Amino acid sequence: MDLLQQLGDTFLNWEEMAKVIPSLLMVGLPNTLILAVASGILGSLLGLLLALMGISRNPAARWAARIYTDLFRGLPAILVILVIGIGLSPIARELTGSRNPYPLGILALTLIAGAYIGEIFRSGIQSVEKGQLEASRALGFSYGNSMRLVVVPQGIRRVLPALVNQFISLLKDSSLVFMLGLASSDREIFRIGNDAMANTGNLSPLVAAGILYLILTVPLTHFVNFIDNRLRTGRPEKKEPDELAAPIGKGAQA
Amino acid sequence: MTEFTSGTLTGKNLHLSFGHNHVLRGIDLHVEKGTTASVIGPSGSGKSTLLRVMNRLIEPDQGDILLDGRSVLKDNPDELRQRIGMVFQQFNLFPHKTVVENVSLALRKLRKLPKDRAHAEALEQLDLVGLKHKADVRPANLSGGQMQRVAIARALAMKPEVMFFDEATSALDPELVKGVLALMTDLAKGGMTMVVVTHEMGFSRNVSDTVTFMDAGVVVESGPPEQIFTAPSTDRLKGFLSDVL
Repeated sequence: MDLLQQLGDTFLNWEEMAKVIPSLLMVGLPNTLILAVASGILGSLLGLLLALMGISRNPAARWAARIYTDLFRGLPAILVILVIGIGLSPIARELTGSRNPYPLGILALTLIAGAYIGEIFRSGIQSVEKGQLEASRALGFSYGNSMRLVVVPQGIRRVLPALVNQFISLLKDSSLVFMLGLASSDREIFRIGNDAMANTGNLSPLVAAGILYLILTVPLTHFVNFIDNRLRTGRPEKKEPDELAAPIGKGAQA
Repeated sequence: MTEFTSGTLTGKNLHLSFGHNHVLRGIDLHVEKGTTASVIGPSGSGKSTLLRVMNRLIEPDQGDILLDGRSVLKDNPDELRQRIGMVFQQFNLFPHKTVVENVSLALRKLRKLPKDRAHAEALEQLDLVGLKHKADVRPANLSGGQMQRVAIARALAMKPEVMFFDEATSALDPELVKGVLALMTDLAKGGMTMVVVTHEMGFSRNVSDTVTFMDAGVVVESGPPEQIFTAPSTDRLKGFLSDVL
């Protein structure tokens, strides 16, 4: 019984949790969302660019995209965040005049996410049937317009589930930015839980932080399943048989 | 009756190779304004490739293409393709757009019509193929025959001078073929210049003005349908006809 109580106190000490919840919600949550959303959007743009380079007819563009992707997919996220965050901080300080590590954290997360999202977009775009590009070109659209209006939108639609998975991963990886050293008001969810744990020697604040992460990620996971299903089965709408004897073409009647 | 501003299309000595594979070996095809030319022949004979070369989806290695007597090989190929409508075996409708958006897309983006004008014109085209009531559904909810009629409306919306049909009924269930062929017959009678690659010998015989028989990248025989179907002069055409009829 003693042991259970001890475990309960270590992980689920309500008092310690209650103390940390306000700063988790008021400081940690917005900061985590800023990191994840900003690098998610920028990473998607970078990923789209990489995907288009990857399928380009220009071999130099293909190679550049290939090397970039291999590099940033092949390195641990924490290494990229440290190298970018510390290595570029003098330049960032010069440019922005601030010591806030967020811009560099967002940059590092964007560079990593771009590599993964680029591969996701590329596989989606390449899965679109060749006939789509052909039909669009036959209408008179240029290659660029055909990609923009017809092929890319379909390709992206197909990989939305994989894209949301990538956002989930990004949301979690945003916690690694704590390595760059954050001022009290810049702390994200993990760092706040971690600091409280270090101060009290009790794990409950970290458990609270974990619960907050789950509140963010679990709905996203289910959202993935929902759109995945939706994409596979489409909206439930009945097909009608072709009206065989329908009046076809006004020309015949004239 | 719908009036078409049709053009005369001529292919001269067209050659195309993919590596060592000589797909077109000097094709001549002349389609007089307002007439229908059908192209028949065994699969792999280069019929579909010929269409793609004549609207420059694939550039020919050699030869010339004339529209109304003027060479179009130096023109911007995108502008040339706006003058030549094309209908595919697999329909190739844009699945992420509604039926009416499929038809209005090129009107908006290429003809630069305002959205409501493009929409109205697209509805008009859909009405012509009997599918105005399907304007707001997605192509996935149509039958194959309906999809192909939308694809025809999409091509016609650009007011092309020539229409290409690449085995437009080959992917359709037998009971749906009739509706699409009737629509094509209608266009032919309306004065559209058409090049029809087809396995439908009935259409070729009864609707087209000229028939071209291709085999292994060359035109083996061509002429009016009565001559091709009742008095074939080459063994290759005789063999082909006995296989398909």
